[in-house]
Amino acid sequence: MKWALQAAIILGFSLAGEFLRLLLPLPVPAGVYGLLLMLGALSLGLLKLPQIEQTGEFLVSILPLLFVPAAAGLLDAWGVLRAMWPAALLAVLGLTPLVMGITGWVAQRLMKSGEGEGGDD
Amino acid sequence: MTDFLSGAPAFGLVLSLSAYLLGDFARKRLKLLWLHPLLPAVLLVIAVLLLTGLPYESYIESAGLLSFLLGPATVCLAIPLYKRLRLLRRNWKAVLGGALAGVLSSLFGVLLLAKLTGLGAAEYASLLPKSVTTAIGVGIAAELGGQRAVSGALIILTGIFGSLSAGLVCRLFGLREPLAKGLAIGTSAHAIGTAKAFEMGETEGAVSGLAIVISGVLTVIFAPLFAGLIG
Repeated sequence: MKWALQAAIILGFSLAGEFLRLLLPLPVPAGVYGLLLMLGALSLGLLKLPQIEQTGEFLVSILPLLFVPAAAGLLDAWGVLRAMWPAALLAVLGLTPLVMGITGWVAQRLMKSGEGEGGDD
Repeated sequence: MTDFLSGAPAFGLVLSLSAYLLGDFARKRLKLLWLHPLLPAVLLVIAVLLLTGLPYESYIESAGLLSFLLGPATVCLAIPLYKRLRLLRRNWKAVLGGALAGVLSSLFGVLLLAKLTGLGAAEYASLLPKSVTTAIGVGIAAELGGQRAVSGALIILTGIFGSLSAGLVCRLFGLREPLAKGLAIGTSAHAIGTAKAFEMGETEGAVSGLAIVISGVLTVIFAPLFAGLIG
């Protein structure tokens, strides 16, 4: 019954996330609310890692597979995409790596120098 | 046959899983390790739908379990995050600063491209949240007057290309710190990039997962400010 228990806990946090979204209707998906709730519960010691770890890490590992149906929606959007192809192409192929590079560069510069363990904070 | 398939509950799942496995197999067999298995998988699914004439809606319905699991899987990104909480606490300025720089440069970049190519307001709104995770981005686009399907497609293409280019970009920009790499990938290429980040390492993956949340929230805040600048 280990899997059933782990799945029940994880789905419980999903449900709590959906409830929180009802209370705080920002355009943020319920999954993100659930993530924050689970992180809070783990940090406060209300939830222990072994209670969810195996099922949770399985779900994280299949994340890209879960995008297949959504990605097939390309088919629906094809007409509009073709009409806006110069902007779409430049945004996807040019802007994406640029944003990635800028983000990482800024983060690396802001990291504490002397990144050794147990830093002095 | 088409009638049978469009009514068969397992069809969408079998098609999605086998397309993904085939995509992954092709990637390993052809030694195209930079290739994201999602790309061949999606092309395969689209090809099958077009060839059999099955409507996209009935495929989506029968593959609904996968889309549903996106929610719980996102929740579970809390696990790798929790394991690296100390690293993140120690470097919170780098995490927040990097994500803010990434989100603003993405929004500004889209604005610039829209001006240059004379994009309409609806297309601009669909393109604006292209770097954040689908569930957040599609919601933002709809709120700002864009189209859900178009925005979703652009977000997924961004994720796929972000994963493809991640290794090269990290080298070009001299990114050595796992935290910086993960933050860069998650901020620019959301959950699809995060899978790639996990391939690079556990820390990269965990931070990339966090970046999905932070950049998503920052985009929720800043995208409306950019939305009014075209149209």
